[in-house]
Amino acid sequence: MSDIAIIISTILIATGVLFNIFGCVGLLRLPDVYNRLQSATKCVTLGTCSILLGVLVRYGFINTGIKALVAIPLLFFTATVAAHALARGSYKFGIKLGEKSIHDDYKDEHDQDKKGQ
Amino acid sequence: MLEILLYIQTGLCVFCLYRIIRGPTIADRMVGLDIFGILVVGICAILAILTGRPFILDIGIAWIILSFIGTITLAKYLENKKLNE
Repeated sequence: MSDIAIIISTILIATGVLFNIFGCVGLLRLPDVYNRLQSATKCVTLGTCSILLGVLVRYGFINTGIKALVAIPLLFFTATVAAHALARGSYKFGIKLGEKSIHDDYKDEHDQDKKGQ
Repeated sequence: MLEILLYIQTGLCVFCLYRIIRGPTIADRMVGLDIFGILVVGICAILAILTGRPFILDIGIAWIILSFIGTITLAKYLENKKLNE
C-alpha cells in the first residue's frame, strides 16, 4: 500500500513539474503581457496544485497531508484572482496588445467605463 | 527521482528571473514575480517530502498569501494611474 502511494505521488509530482515547464516556456516565448499571463498562470497553477496533491497522496490525512489539502484551494483562488486583477490593471494602464493580436473584446467596455466617469 | 524534480523546479525560477530583468513593461515584471511566487510553493512542497519536515508547507501557505497581497497591490497601483503617463 505504501509503495503504491509513493509511486502515485511521484507520478503526480512529475506531472506537476512538467506543467510548470510548459508554463515557464510560455512565459519566456510568448509575445505580449496578456499571452504570457494566460499561459503562465494557467499552467503553473495547475502544476503546483498537482504537486500538492502528490504530497497529500503520499502522506494521507495526517499532519503534512492536511496542510497540502489546505494549500490547494487557497492557491487555486488567489492565483486566478491575482491574474485577473493584473490583466485588468495592465489594460487600464494602457499597455497595448501584441502586433499579431487581431481582436480586442475588452475595448468597448473599457471605453464605456471611461465615458461614465 | 524527487531530487531531479526539485532541481528542475528550481531551474524554472531562472526563466521567471529573466522575465523580471528583461521585461519590456512593468506588467511583465509583475507577471514574472507572480509566477515566481507560485513556483516557490512547489519547491516548498517537494522539500517537505525530501526533508520529512512538515513545517516547510507552512512557509508555502504564507508565501501564497503574501504573493497574492503583493500582486493585488501592484495591480491597483497600475489601475489608478493615468493612461497617458
